[in-house]
This record gives sequence, structure tokens and C-alpha cells, in this order.
Amino acid sequence: MDDVPKPGFGRARLEKTRSHYFLSKVVLGPLYPVAAGSVNPTLFAAGQNYSFISESYALAASSKRWAEVEAAVLCATFMIEPTKTGLFLGPLKATPLSAPNPHRLPSAIAREDEHLLVAAAKSGDATAFEELVNRYERKIFRLTMNITRNREDAEDAMQDAFLKAYSHLNTFQGDSRFYTWLVRIAANEALMRLRKRRPNQVSLDEPIEGDDDLMPREIEDWRPSPEQRYAQSEMHEILDQVIEHLEPDFRVVFVLRDIEELSTEETAAAVGISVPAVKSRLLRARLKLRQKLNRYFRQGEPN
Amino acid sequence: MNCDGVIREISNYIDGDLDAAMKQELERHLDHCQECALVVNQTKMTVDIFCDSQPVELPTEVRSRLHEALQRKLREPRG
Repeated sequence: MDDVPKPGFGRARLEKTRSHYFLSKVVLGPLYPVAAGSVNPTLFAAGQNYSFISESYALAASSKRWAEVEAAVLCATFMIEPTKTGLFLGPLKATPLSAPNPHRLPSAIAREDEHLLVAAAKSGDATAFEELVNRYERKIFRLTMNITRNREDAEDAMQDAFLKAYSHLNTFQGDSRFYTWLVRIAANEALMRLRKRRPNQVSLDEPIEGDDDLMPREIEDWRPSPEQRYAQSEMHEILDQVIEHLEPDFRVVFVLRDIEELSTEETAAAVGISVPAVKSRLLRARLKLRQKLNRYFRQGEPN
Repeated sequence: MNCDGVIREISNYIDGDLDAAMKQELERHLDHCQECALVVNQTKMTVDIFCDSQPVELPTEVRSRLHEALQRKLREPRG
């Protein structure tokens, strides 16, 4: 499905309503199951203003107006015409959609409606593009931060990546996930800035590293398990520390392959190196990180 | 397969890129080499820990600047 039909009559209208129905899974977030049981997309075609409900929910949730959150869920569940309930505080137009916790949703749900949002954005729906930005801004910032390790560069790279994605949206073919496409743009922006700042440290060449220093040292038991030992915030700090000290060539490949989950081929294309070079750097990155983590995770190390 | 061979193939093993014969050979080594088994396990844990880590919140001012730039862009006619 390339284009979401404009609202209208008959089938086109039903399709549009369906896209809002899928969108609602994300907007309604954790409350989605409540609504899902009784929402019938065909009945929604009868004229339910679903985007209004979604926007109202998002706005109410972000400003913690719980009565309105509940009203939005009720409207979605029992198909009450929201404008007639008098439960909402007034016009909500031009409010950007903001999903409560998009990154915590199972990826299958997040993926399901991604192409609908992209199609809507392509056909000129600015709100749909903003929704995509809301959904991915944290992950894209983490990516540009992980590659550049410089906050100013990371912010610029993230901003330019989203703006470029918007400008070039029509060139996105839909043969890969939108997110993967976005990651490639953002990785490019971040790499450009990293190379500018450290021209001698980031090589485009084939692996320079020999076969020598692969053998792991510091092999000790990790018990109790890292998750048992460290709280999430401590773990964040540890991961940040160890990735910071990984050489840029290795770091970039590791970030794209193991954090962003790009394929080896996609990583090779994004970085501009060969597939064997990606594999070689990934192996070294993983072994180096294991060794660095060993200092935090080994037995007897004080918390 | 010796220890060196195992270390060289860790990445392919974790990613499921080894053919059946190689995989079997590697696992036979792991059965009797505790050190290699630890390294393989911990390397896999390393990947999992990074992969599962959630992105932190975007700093508020970074987010506002992004959305301001976006609003300016969205108002332009798209070329």
C-alpha cells in the first residue's frame, strides 16, 4: 500500500479510518488492549473522528489530565462521537501527536503502522511525519551520540537527518523499513561530523587490523549476572563508558549492527566499507567490549 | 578446531552464520574448553545487553530545538 487515500466516501474513507485505527495502537499505547477489544474498524467508517480522539489522548496524557485520557479511551472503546461528549477541553487542532512511550512498545506493533504513517507523510500529512519524528527521535539521538561522542555534533546530525529525511521522503521506496532508511541517513550525518573532527582516526579503508591481538585476556566468571548487580541507570553509565573508549572504526560498525540491528550489507553500505571489513571490525568490537565489560562484571568486583 | 579458531568465528557463531559442520565443530570445542565457553557466552551477553538497552530521554532543550527546526521545515513547500 503506497498511498493512504484521502478521506472521502466509501472504500477510500474506510481505508483512511483503518489507518487511524492502526495509529491508535501506538497513540493509545498501554491502554490499547482496553480499546482494541471493542473497536471495530468497519463501524468506525460510520464517521468516527479517530484522529481527534488520538490527538486528544496524546495531549491529555502528556499534560496528565487523566479525566480526558479516560474520556478518549471511552470514546475509542464505545465509539462515542468525541465532540459531543463535552469531556474535552476545547479545540486541539495543530497539536503535534505525541505518543506516550513509543520506544517501549513491542517492535511488531511499532512496525505494523509505520508504512501507513510514511504514506500519509508522503501525501503531505505533516502530523504523520511529526509522529515518525516523535517515535524515533530518542533512538536517532542515541545513534548520532554513539557515533560522534560529541553532543553538539550529535544534535546537529540528528536534526539534519530528520530534515533531510523529510525533504527526500519521495525517494524512499519502501523496500526497507523507514527506520532503517532513517538510520542510514543519520549515520551518514554523524559520520561526516566525526570524520571532520577526527580526520585521522576514521578510515574508509579495508581492515588495517591484523590477525594478532584477537585472543581474549581477562576471562572471569560474570556472577551474579550483570542485570542482577546493576540498576538500569548504572548499567546505562557502564555501557556509555565502555563504548566511549572503543575506537571510532569499531564503534561505528558495532552501533549499526548490534544496537540499530542493521544487516551486515546495510552496515557496509552506510559506512562505505566492504562486507568482510564490517565482519572483521564487528568481531573485534564485540571482543573488545566484552573485555572492557569484564572489569565491571567479574566476580568480586565491588558494585 | 582450536581456541584461536573459535575466537575467530565467535561473531559468525553468534549471528548464526556458520554452516552446520563448522557449528558442530565449534560446539564440540566448547564442550571441553571452559575458557572459550565463557568468552562465547559473555560476548553474546555483551551484544544482548547493548541491544536491549533503551535510549534515554532526549534532553528537553535538544528536543525543542529539533521540533522548532522541524516546524520551520514543515511550513516550507516541499521540493
